[in-house]
Amino acid sequence: MKNAEVVDLRQDTPEDLWKQEYRHQLPEEKPIHNRSGIEIKPLYTPADWDDSRYDEKLGYPGQLPMTRGIYSTMHRGRVWSQRQLIGFGTPEDYNRRLRKLLDAGNTAISLIPCNSVYRGYDIDEVDPKLLGTCGVMVNTVDDMDRCFRDVDIKSLSTAMNDPLPFTLLALLLAVARRRGVDWIHVSGTSNQSDYISHYVANHMFFRLSLDGSRRVLVDHIAFCQEHVPNWNPLSIVGQHMQQAGATPAEAMAFTLATGIQYAEDCIARGMDPNKFLERFTFFFDISMSFFEEIAKCRAGRRIWQNIVRERFGAQNPKVWRFKFHGQTSGVDLTRQEPLNNIARVTVQAMAGVFTGLQSLHTDSYDEVLSAPTEEAARIAVATQNIIREEAHCSDVIDPLAGSYYVESLTDQMEEKILSIVAKIDDAGGMFKAVEKGMIQNWIGHSAMKFQESIESGQQTIVGVNKYTLDDESLSAKPLERPSATKVHNQLDTLKKYKANRNRSDYNRAISRLQQAAQDETQNVYGAIVEAICGGVTHGEVVHQIRQELGFGQPQTTI
Amino acid sequence: MSLPERYRPKVIVTKIGLDGHDRGSRIVATMLRDSGMEVVYTPPWQSISDVVRLAEEEDADIIGISSLATDHLLIPDLLEALRKSDLEHIGVIVGGIIPEEDENELLELGVSRVFHPGSALKEISSYVRTLAIEVRTKSLRKWESQNHEKC
Repeated sequence: MKNAEVVDLRQDTPEDLWKQEYRHQLPEEKPIHNRSGIEIKPLYTPADWDDSRYDEKLGYPGQLPMTRGIYSTMHRGRVWSQRQLIGFGTPEDYNRRLRKLLDAGNTAISLIPCNSVYRGYDIDEVDPKLLGTCGVMVNTVDDMDRCFRDVDIKSLSTAMNDPLPFTLLALLLAVARRRGVDWIHVSGTSNQSDYISHYVANHMFFRLSLDGSRRVLVDHIAFCQEHVPNWNPLSIVGQHMQQAGATPAEAMAFTLATGIQYAEDCIARGMDPNKFLERFTFFFDISMSFFEEIAKCRAGRRIWQNIVRERFGAQNPKVWRFKFHGQTSGVDLTRQEPLNNIARVTVQAMAGVFTGLQSLHTDSYDEVLSAPTEEAARIAVATQNIIREEAHCSDVIDPLAGSYYVESLTDQMEEKILSIVAKIDDAGGMFKAVEKGMIQNWIGHSAMKFQESIESGQQTIVGVNKYTLDDESLSAKPLERPSATKVHNQLDTLKKYKANRNRSDYNRAISRLQQAAQDETQNVYGAIVEAICGGVTHGEVVHQIRQELGFGQPQTTI
Repeated sequence: MSLPERYRPKVIVTKIGLDGHDRGSRIVATMLRDSGMEVVYTPPWQSISDVVRLAEEEDADIIGISSLATDHLLIPDLLEALRKSDLEHIGVIVGGIIPEEDENELLELGVSRVFHPGSALKEISSYVRTLAIEVRTKSLRKWESQNHEKC
């Protein structure tokens, strides 16, 4: 009889019953993992996450540990910036598109230069066929002036894709000086300032040797802190690494490790983390892995405030804020049935909004077919407005907090990210890890693994490896190209610009630049700005700096 | 004559022009290597003359050009340079973001095939293998007939 009583006591809990029933119905089910390799269970309960840790793990927006957001009002107080990338053709083409955007009420704008600029050349150094197809041709202070013709620089926040040695910002500052605008009013961000991300994942932006880059970046941060205080001199980019194949957890860890490296370099230069960290910003990819992306960014916010306080002893609450821009993931878009990409971008943008980001770029659905058309770019912007104002996705701050799944996943992502950061610490920090090729191999391996999951059908891509249609109807628009005449005229303008310069002024500017580069105690970026103000072109500055500080090209292997 | 089944195609995977996005070229190169081909992989930004010289030195069967941001506009020049160096037998394939009208032009000019994002790696490798064997067979025949004439 005693035995019977014991059986009664062991009556199955509802949880046990559910588990049995689940296993009974799905006996053969294989485990599912997210892109970062974390196993995803079919159900999450208070056993995975409970409210007793609320204060320690979540807290309130704008307060430690920052999980719920970096400002107390978040998107209710300030809508995220909707920053679309623009850049095409001549400075006049750019100006036309810019003014259209400004007329439509935009204040956060961007400037994407031609690929020749990225590679460090003036336009007269490359095959004219490639000019102006991907960005605006801008080499001189005159060009930059024309880009911003009839536009008040003070009223804008300009994000420029401007890799080291930051010639585009120098051109903008030269225009400001020409127009009598105090540099204190110049605001925006040096995008593509994170040379480590370029070295490991986006080689086209990499221009100098690693050591040379290290110096120029710190000089740039110091210069902006002193002379252009409303400019964000640094955007640390996880997006490149994730687009190149890193998993979301890896991309976050690599970005944080890079942030640590740059902060340490600034501290070594005698700068105050309570000050310079205020201007550190971050940039992430928002992929299709919806919950994983939300957990990634929430975990990132929590880790960064801890790093800043524990490692750098920063007391200023403003620097505990992990400010980031998000971009929907281009590599997740498909050429097959391209209109499906609008649905993909919507899901990614929703994830982005739920992460509590500060600024968002939504990709155009046709980016896999060619450089985006204006119509597609309009849809991309509308997607953000629909999410915010029709679907009301941003009415509540951090709306997924408290979900057993989201909180448990945030904890697991945090753990995973920290373990990767620890490995990089063990390797001597991010700079050393990159020199050793460790990060590059990591990314290559993850890229291959993800591709294999698509090839095997384990990861569905609609219209590519599942639900494919036979009648492939593409709405590919022909590529927009600046006319040969326009390119020719722009080349002619550059030629005249170079010819009309005062030779001795030019020589003086170049030799001052050389001097500053050779003398470690001088700020080389200050010399670059002066050279550009004195008429030296973008390409000439890059060549000179490369000569002095070394040219580097990352080695890629397979 | 015919080539043995175990013939190892020799493929150059490269990028020309200004863009440096190399996720695609690295994945394709890795996969071709792992499927048993001899792959010569280069970093981006090769000049056309670099590619032609490499193809000649390596006696390549196939040149694979990856393009994301309009660098495919240089491919007609590459085809012309190969012709001038008497290397037009080499198969040229292209992968990446290529607008449709440009694709048609490239195919007319002599590119064997354009692969778009989302192409299955298996399909790429089987195509490359078949094309490489075709290229090699043709050039061997040509060589044989030239030598025959000499005798």
